[in-house]
Amino acid sequence: MIGEDRSVNLLKRIIQQSTADQTEALLFTEDSSLTRFANSSIHQHMSERNHTLILRVVIDKKIAILTTNIIDRLSVKDLLNKALSIARAQKPNEEFISLPRPEPIPKISTYSDNIQRLNPNRKISMINNLFKIVSEKGLRASGSFSNGVIEVSIVNSLGIESYQKYSDIFFHLILENDYLSGYSSFVSRDPDLLNIESIANEAMKKVWNKEAIEIEPGEFEVVLEPYAVSELISFLGYLGFHALAVQEGRSFFCNNFGNKMVNDRVTIYDDGLDPEGLQVPFDFEGVPKKRVSFFEKGIAKEVTYDSFTAGREGKSSTGHALIPPNTTGPIPINLFMEGGDSSLEEMITSVRRGIYVTRFHYTNVVEPMKAVITGMTRDGTFLIEKGEIQRPLKNLRFTESILRALNRVTLISKDRRICSEGTVYTRRFITGTVVPAIKVDGFNFSGVSKL
Amino acid sequence: MKDLINNILNIAKIKRVRYTDIRIIRRKTEEIEVKNGNVEALIENEDYGFGIRVLVNNGWGFACSSKINKREMETVFNKAFKIAKASSKINRENIFLQPIKPETEKYKTEFYIDPFTISLERKLNLLFRCDEIIRRNNKIKISEGFLASYKTEKIFASTDGSYIEQEIVECGAGISATAIEGEDVQVRSYPNSFGGNFATKGYEWIESLNLQNNAERISEEATQLLLAKPCPSKITTLILDGSQLALQIHESIGHAIELDRILGTEISYAGSSFIRPEMVGNFKYASDIVNVVADATYPGGLGSFGYDDEGVKAKRVQIISNGILVNLLTSRETAHNIGRESNGTMRADGWNRIPLIRMTNINLEPGDWSLEGMIEDTDEGVFLCTNRSWSIDDKRINFQFGTEIGWEIKDGRLVDMIKNPTYTGITPKFWNSCDAIAGRDYWQMWGILNCGKGEPGQVAHVGHGAAPARFRNVQIGVMKR
Repeated sequence: MIGEDRSVNLLKRIIQQSTADQTEALLFTEDSSLTRFANSSIHQHMSERNHTLILRVVIDKKIAILTTNIIDRLSVKDLLNKALSIARAQKPNEEFISLPRPEPIPKISTYSDNIQRLNPNRKISMINNLFKIVSEKGLRASGSFSNGVIEVSIVNSLGIESYQKYSDIFFHLILENDYLSGYSSFVSRDPDLLNIESIANEAMKKVWNKEAIEIEPGEFEVVLEPYAVSELISFLGYLGFHALAVQEGRSFFCNNFGNKMVNDRVTIYDDGLDPEGLQVPFDFEGVPKKRVSFFEKGIAKEVTYDSFTAGREGKSSTGHALIPPNTTGPIPINLFMEGGDSSLEEMITSVRRGIYVTRFHYTNVVEPMKAVITGMTRDGTFLIEKGEIQRPLKNLRFTESILRALNRVTLISKDRRICSEGTVYTRRFITGTVVPAIKVDGFNFSGVSKL
Repeated sequence: MKDLINNILNIAKIKRVRYTDIRIIRRKTEEIEVKNGNVEALIENEDYGFGIRVLVNNGWGFACSSKINKREMETVFNKAFKIAKASSKINRENIFLQPIKPETEKYKTEFYIDPFTISLERKLNLLFRCDEIIRRNNKIKISEGFLASYKTEKIFASTDGSYIEQEIVECGAGISATAIEGEDVQVRSYPNSFGGNFATKGYEWIESLNLQNNAERISEEATQLLLAKPCPSKITTLILDGSQLALQIHESIGHAIELDRILGTEISYAGSSFIRPEMVGNFKYASDIVNVVADATYPGGLGSFGYDDEGVKAKRVQIISNGILVNLLTSRETAHNIGRESNGTMRADGWNRIPLIRMTNINLEPGDWSLEGMIEDTDEGVFLCTNRSWSIDDKRINFQFGTEIGWEIKDGRLVDMIKNPTYTGITPKFWNSCDAIAGRDYWQMWGILNCGKGEPGQVAHVGHGAAPARFRNVQIGVMKR
């Protein structure tokens, strides 16, 4: 890793060399490892070291963003010159006001030294332990186990100088027998909190030695585990909880601020500083994270901003800029749903005839303004009858408005958990959603898998 | 560079590894996004690094770095070696790696105009001109244009003795118009949604797309959709245009025939497949008129290349023959499971990712109908165009798609426009209901930039050749309230 002094000094040198009206430099470094296993055998084990420099220059409101992973002195100078010439060749964006100015950054630790002890042999021994536990039950294990150290440094010409080091670990597991599969996952900044036995036990409970039955789709009472709730809430974040979607008129929040949109049991917010989640002190423009409340007791309240969307409305950024260049808007990445006062068992007991869902798979948007999405259930779908889980079900397709579902929430669990699929594409920055389980009285299933 | 590579391969031989390959990749990207008269994003990216894959006994190891020098490469090799050794300690299954003939070759995408030689001004002018035409219509709230160019220089070398250099050039563009009224959001795109249409061709491809001449049409159609009636909910005859059919092929054939998924190695993320190896040669995947090939040699296809990332030469292989599944997408490690040779589909998304089985150009061969004839021959049904959303289960059997636009068909004629069309089905049942495929004149390649798979996530560029086709007894209009 590069360290605070070296990375900030590198970025400050770039800012000093720039002749643009405003310049921002972001350095993102990654040292990570990922092990994948399937059928209780390791088939992929890799490590990666990389860094990315992202430059944003503004000349007369004309903006250019350039990215590279070649950061020797000469290449960086060339990159800056190229950024300046590209910016000059553009039309001004009159809606651009300014890059952000410095604000005090909360001092929080997002790095655990324990991550250094996760060498290949230790990881292999932990996975081997898992294989032993599950083979005793006649099950096969698939999953992935990944850990990383990330550094984010941001310097801009208005005085922002931010640096943060992150550690992260995620483990997700699918256990199978010839009939069923079960899922569990773990995410944290501290690898010492990972308990392989507990994660195996959670997934094992879903793998019954019984064939799944097919059920006719329709509207059912459902109990959704936090994994499934996380998927729904994350979609709301993507579709409507941010300023860009509202400004473009494509958010379900448009013309609804102050209105009761979902059940008054529902409170959803974003908080990068809450230690129950994966804390992030500042966004990718170096602006400190502020708590933003989306639904407060069912009422639509506010949305997240980055500096561009805030500038359009004469407001301040809420600290939700994503890694530039970002055209999708300041989507919240530290979502929370407030817990209730039920237990998962109480929820199941209250169901006359309904469906228990562990998680959803391959969800996508059908109607954005109504927050209608579709997807399949996966790795643990069960029929609940007379207050008890009776039988495993074949996976079902749902097509449902998330807002409508949240309007029909009748019970919310007291316990919450942090959920993350650990999805990493171009750059690793693991995020998590902290949510309870919920019971919904009326959830639309539109199809059934034939397997 | 050759010396640095040989040094690693020699160390690998001294350490008596079963196999090692090294890929050094430099990738240049230019992506321009214009939105409502402004440059929303102008991305220039250069990415350079190397990855080393090592097989020790029955364990794979992979390590990579963005620093290219002798010392770093040796450090990275040692890391990959240690990882492989650690993995092999607990792996009980034998890894069989099919031998191949070593190749020393150079491959270059054929093109007329290098897209990186075209000025930024010219590219922006094209997008701004389309944007201006789209926004003449005051019901349009969001106008977007996207134009992207990619150049990948890749060296592959292995302990098999292969040394392959490739230069792959890709580009494409697209525009879209979004009309919003109250809670109604309607989008029309050209030539395809989610960025446009892409090919391994030069800038001549972008010029051939004729974006400007389609800008007014899509803005009008987006506006008309606000007034269109909702998609009815019923079981009926469905005709899909080529672009939507491309995604249908992608999701319900392309991913389902990846042998790594079938063998379970993608279960933890993207899922597996309803296909089993023993179904090859006898499973009736589709109706008799359906023929599908995986063709990495098709000129201009976005999934075209010279060699895959295991050093296997690009191939054209039959996947479905007269409706019967006859082959799968395979690698050197997996192909023996179906008694075949690798058909060269292992590709990695850059130097910092391991190769996985990826689609090449998965093409539905043309039939002998005309689109007009197909519609005339349909008493009652719908004609749906341009993908808007997609979802499929973890075994690739239950799917649901939404398209941007549709028209009802009555008595052999397109009648009313319909909005928010959706359809759903079960993969083999759907493909077995295909009773008409349009001919070569209607057939074209669709290049998709966003095929996700693997952990850490990898995005592949893949192609699908398709012409409009007709399917019987399909559930449309999935959610009615």
